Amino acid sequence: MKNEWPLYEVFIRSKNGLEHRHVGSLHASDAEMAIENARDVYTRRQEGVSIWVVPSSEITASNPENFGELFEPAEDKVYRHPTFYDLPHELKHI
Amino acid sequence: MEHSIEYLEKQFQDRIDRGENIEAKDWMPEKYRKTHIRQISQHAHSEIVGMLPEGNWITRAPSLRRKVALLAKVQDEAGHGLYLYSAAETLGISRDELFHQLHTGKAKYSSIFNYPAVTWADMGAIGWLVDGAAIINQVMLTRTSYGPYARAMVRICKEESFHQRQGYEIMITLCNGTEEQKAMAQDALNRWWWPSLMMFGPTDAESTHTEQSMKWKIKRKTNDELRQQFIDITIPQAEFLGLTVPDPDLKWNEERGHYDFGEIDWTEFWQVVKGFGPCNKERLKARNKAWDNGAWVREAALAYSEKQSKESIRKAV
Ligand SMILES: [Fe+2]
Ligand SMILES: [Fe+2]
Repeated sequence: MKNEWPLYEVFIRSKNGLEHRHVGSLHASDAEMAIENARDVYTRRQEGVSIWVVPSSEITASNPENFGELFEPAEDKVYRHPTFYDLPHELKHI
Repeated sequence: MEHSIEYLEKQFQDRIDRGENIEAKDWMPEKYRKTHIRQISQHAHSEIVGMLPEGNWITRAPSLRRKVALLAKVQDEAGHGLYLYSAAETLGISRDELFHQLHTGKAKYSSIFNYPAVTWADMGAIGWLVDGAAIINQVMLTRTSYGPYARAMVRICKEESFHQRQGYEIMITLCNGTEEQKAMAQDALNRWWWPSLMMFGPTDAESTHTEQSMKWKIKRKTNDELRQQFIDITIPQAEFLGLTVPDPDLKWNEERGHYDFGEIDWTEFWQVVKGFGPCNKERLKARNKAWDNGAWVREAALAYSEKQSKESIRKAV
């Protein structure tokens, strides 16, 4: 229906030093109201020190159907991990 | 690559069996989507309608302490409704459509909210029993297979405990008060006990959705299991208050390690579900009134926002 307020995705930084994390979404007439509503909906118990809101329509997401081509190539690249390399046990700090 | 529905359904079930969560953009059987839209939206509607019986008592709370607690609880329930509506929307249904279903009576919500809250003791009984029963169900749902629903449940469960504790504190205070106050607490228990047991839904033998819901890990325990769990937890709490649960058949069964309890009046349950409970009409009327009276605010806010964004475009040019 045409009068529905747009949907915003809400991201909260729980404290300085941590990244913003997606917590959910809400409707608001504009970004400013989205922040005010997010304050009431997602931080009633001091869950946040900073809020980002993004119109849901602005988010481009990867398609789960492309999981294989996107993420499987990393599967057989064990040499990207430190444990791949054989070093003597007595060696320290490496 | 095109796969047959049977193949996709098999893969989907394998994912569920492996304990994977399903996320919004993943392929899912149409019935899984529809079942979730129905269940999550019913749950959301229950939170929203659930504000009405308690909201009614905010102005009449007996002290400032009780008033701020009740106000905060009711505000939490609004938040729970919003978390859940946004979880339902990830499945491709709009908020307006969800409200439309509620306001036209097409959607269901928990029958418990069609009972009236007639005394202050009801605020105690609701927090203790109704939120208590909701917690049992919601804790199970934190491990439900659909990711957005499970995450909303985690958030909700963190907030529910205060609801139940403030309710029980009201009951303790009344039970330690005058004879009349204690009688008021007993009366509230008498009226809320059976409807609270009905909150878990029909018996397993009667429940049409249980089998599929268990297979898809939407539910992880059956209605009867959850109901038994609630009774076993709650009886000692009633005893602590010195109150009597209104069930002559209730007794501890040593062999089962559970309480046995009397027959639930399922005729009453279905009457309320079908719209003939004491407050069904009143609740829907209150919701529709709030929605209709708020229409001009929603329209004005949108018009203002559109005007602001046009202004900022004009200034930028
Ligand atoms: Fe709630
Ligand atoms: Fe609650």
